[in-house]
Parts: sequence; structure tokens; C-alpha cells
Amino acid sequence: MDFSRVLSDATLLLLQGLKVTVIIAVISLLIGMVIGFVMCLFGMSRIWILRWISKIYIWIIRGTPMIVQAFIVYFGFPQLIGMFVPGFRLEAFSAGLITLSLNAGAYLAEIFRGGISAVDPGQVEAARSLGLSSARTMVKVVLPQAFRVAIPSMVNQFIITIKDTSILSVIGLADIVNKAKVYVGASYQFFATYTIVAVYYLIIISILMIVLKRVEKKMNYERKNNRKKPA
Amino acid sequence: MKSFTKILGLLLALSLLVAVMAGCGAGGGEPAPAPDDAAVTDDAAAPGGDEAAAPVSDKTYVIYSDNAFAPFEYYDTEAGVYVGLDMDLLAAIAEDQGFKYEMHNDGFDASMGAVQSGQADGMIAGMTITEERMLTFDFSEGYFEDGQIMVVPADSTIASPADLAGTTVAAKTSTQGAAYAESIKDEYGFEIQYYEDSPTMYTAVINGTNSACFEDFSVIGYAIQSEGLALQTVGDVVNPGYYGFAVQKGMNPELIEMFNAGLANIKADGTYDQILANYGY
Repeated sequence: MDFSRVLSDATLLLLQGLKVTVIIAVISLLIGMVIGFVMCLFGMSRIWILRWISKIYIWIIRGTPMIVQAFIVYFGFPQLIGMFVPGFRLEAFSAGLITLSLNAGAYLAEIFRGGISAVDPGQVEAARSLGLSSARTMVKVVLPQAFRVAIPSMVNQFIITIKDTSILSVIGLADIVNKAKVYVGASYQFFATYTIVAVYYLIIISILMIVLKRVEKKMNYERKNNRKKPA
Repeated sequence: MKSFTKILGLLLALSLLVAVMAGCGAGGGEPAPAPDDAAVTDDAAAPGGDEAAAPVSDKTYVIYSDNAFAPFEYYDTEAGVYVGLDMDLLAAIAEDQGFKYEMHNDGFDASMGAVQSGQADGMIAGMTITEERMLTFDFSEGYFEDGQIMVVPADSTIASPADLAGTTVAAKTSTQGAAYAESIKDEYGFEIQYYEDSPTMYTAVINGTNSACFEDFSVIGYAIQSEGLALQTVGDVVNPGYYGFAVQKGMNPELIEMFNAGLANIKADGTYDQILANYGY
């Protein structure tokens, strides 16, 4: 339990891992937002096949643990694709990114759906009777309100995704937990190493929470101001 | 409705674009393997592998290994690289045979999965050659002799497997130690709890979570000696076997040939003994 030894030996290694953790979480959340948004719209589409694509995707992702998905993507996909493209390989990073994006996408799709269904149907009716097309109603009326409702759940999902990157250390993603495991493998400093890792996570997630809290406040402020103007 | 589908299409295209860009960004660091594969098949087809003039291949082999298995592979915090007996041995053999490789220290289970799924061309990870493993892997000649030994806390009174009755023993998944523990668990009446790597397993025994574990003799000997772990070995070495370099069954036969030829050469010129001596064997 030698904190100074771990700090002097492992800081560089852990920071390298932290970088990978943050990069993969940010990229996969961006991709996940796009997937989630598309799947959410699919789920509400009038075309039945799109609705089913969305349903099945969300069902599979939410119904299976991420560690299993990661194994399938990392070990299964290359074998599958290798049948058509000989020599196809998938880096642990790419496999992790795919897994994490698909995961975040499914949960975000549900969060967006929740946000949209929280918007009063009267809003849509009013917009439509004012002559707005259904697409404009969506973009101008429904989505801005839905987004505000969805923010707290989205923040929650962001935090979960950042922490879930640690699961990907099992397929060899060089994230902070993987690096910690490697360091402990050579030094046996379990307690100190993982305590430091916990502090790193706390710092990253605190930063995220502070930033997003500001965004949330700003949006609420804008809403209040918008309301005041016509009055 | 029309413009709504238009937006949908646009979003779909955008998501694809993002996915493709991310894929390129992530894969960019690695050389594309497809054209290299073609080149290497030619090399393998050309006979004359055993001669001193080594078959020089342009292909960069992808080799996987464990990341926490001292002294065979472990992270050197000062140098900032993975070191160990396996690392040195493969480097010496590759130099002797003139092939290039790229090392991924991703863990033992990840390595086995990577070789089986064709993600890796081969693995060297203190892996004992066994009959069961030979069903899925092709092995080189053994390069290091080892066996398993029972490990208990330094202050423990457990002296033989008979004392393990009613306790829970620690084991590392997919290792020979685990296989040995499984083979005697009914005879002596103990349970097994599985861990992913050696350090976690040792700590479970030191903490008293588990009564004992079975580990490769060379590895636990090194850990006790170099890190002063509060553990002791009891009894005799069981299940003696050899460590081997492995490839997926039926794949990369030239890699096994080169490994064997290189191993013979470095044994002959003393490099092999020097490497072993560096790690205290």
C-alpha cells in the first residue's frame, strides 16, 4: 500500500490509459447520439420495417450484457467478415468503439423516445393546424422541448458510458483499468493503484457533470426568457 | 412526409459517414494486412525453410501475449515497455530468422481468443503445450519446462491437497493450474473460484479469501522472490510440461517452422541460456 511508489511509477501509464478511456467514450457517445436519434425516429416511423429494425436493435443491445457483446464483436466479427474479406482484422480499439457506440445508441434511442413522448400532443396539433409540415413540427416544436426533458437522462447515460469503457479492458482495450491491471501485474500494488484509478474517474466525471449542468442551466434560462418575451 | 423521409435519409447517411470515419481513424495506425498476406503465401510456398539462409518475409506477423505474467511478460514501468523471457526469446528468434512482428500485450484470454479468431498470427504467453490445446492450436517445440505447484499463504498450515477439503481454491481461467485444480477437486472435496490474472489470484490467497491456488512453478517462484509476496509453495511440482509458441491450427505453418529453426539456432549459440540466466533460471 505504497501510494508514493505507485504515483511515481504508474502515473504516466495511467494517464495514457485515461486518454484512451476519454477518447473512446467521447467518440462512441457522438456516434451513439446519431445512432440513438436515427433509431428513435425509426421507432416512431409510419413504415413498419423501420419500426421493427429499431425494436430489434434495442431489444438485442439492451437484452445482452456489454461484456458478451464485446467478445462477439472482437472475436466473432473478424471470423464472420474474414469469410468474405480474407485477412480482415479488428483492433481492440475499433471493436471497443463499435460495442460502446451500439450500446450507447440503444439506450439513447430510448431516452430520446421518452423525451419526445413527454411533449404534449397538443403542441403537435397546434403546430400542424398552423400549417407547419410534420418535419418542421418535429424540428421546430417537438425536438427542442424533448431535448430539454431528455438532458438529465442523457447525462446519466454519458456517465454510464464513460464507466463502461472499463468493461472493454477484457478484450485488451488499453484503457485506464487495463493499464492499472498491467501495473498491478508487475508490482502487486492493488489498493493504491485502484484507489488512484477511482480518483481519476471521479475527476473526469465531475468535470463532465459540471459542464453539462451549465448547459442544462443555460437551456432552462433561455426557455424562461423566451416565455417572458411574449407576455 | 416527403421531407421527413428526406431528413431521415440525410441522418442515415451522416451516421454512416461518422461510423466510416471513426473506423478509418481507429484502423489507421496499422498496416493494411490484405496485400501482405498475398506476399507471404509466396514465401511459404518456396521451399528451403530449414537452411541457415532464413526465409525473409515482408509480412509483419501479429503476435499476442499476456500482460501480467512475470517473468515471462510484464510491464517495466521505468522503461515503459513490456519485457520478459518470452519477449526476449521471440525477439532473438525473429532476429535470427529475419521475420518482423508486432507485439500486442493484451492478456492471456484475449490472446487465445485473438489467435482462434484469426486476429493474431501467433501467441507466446507462457502457454503450456497440452493435448486439449492441440485440438485448436499448433505448437512449436517446447521452449521452457515448467509444472504447477500448490501455493498457500506464508503462515498457512496447509501442507497437502488433503488439507483443502471444504475450502475454496483460487484458479486463473484457462490455465494449467486451473485444469489441475479441476482434476483433483472431487477427490479432495474443495471448491474453485476463478480469476482473470495471476496477481488477482495471489491477492485472493494472501487475503485469505481462498485457501490456496495452483500456479506455474517458475512464475510463482519469481513473484515470491522479486516482490516478497506473503506466500509459500508446498508439495512437489505436478503436471510437468513445456511452454510453446502457438498459432491457430492449420494456419501460419511457416511461423512455427521459423520459430523452431530460430529456437535451435539460439540454443546452439548460447543466446537461449543467456536469456534464461537474465531471469534467474
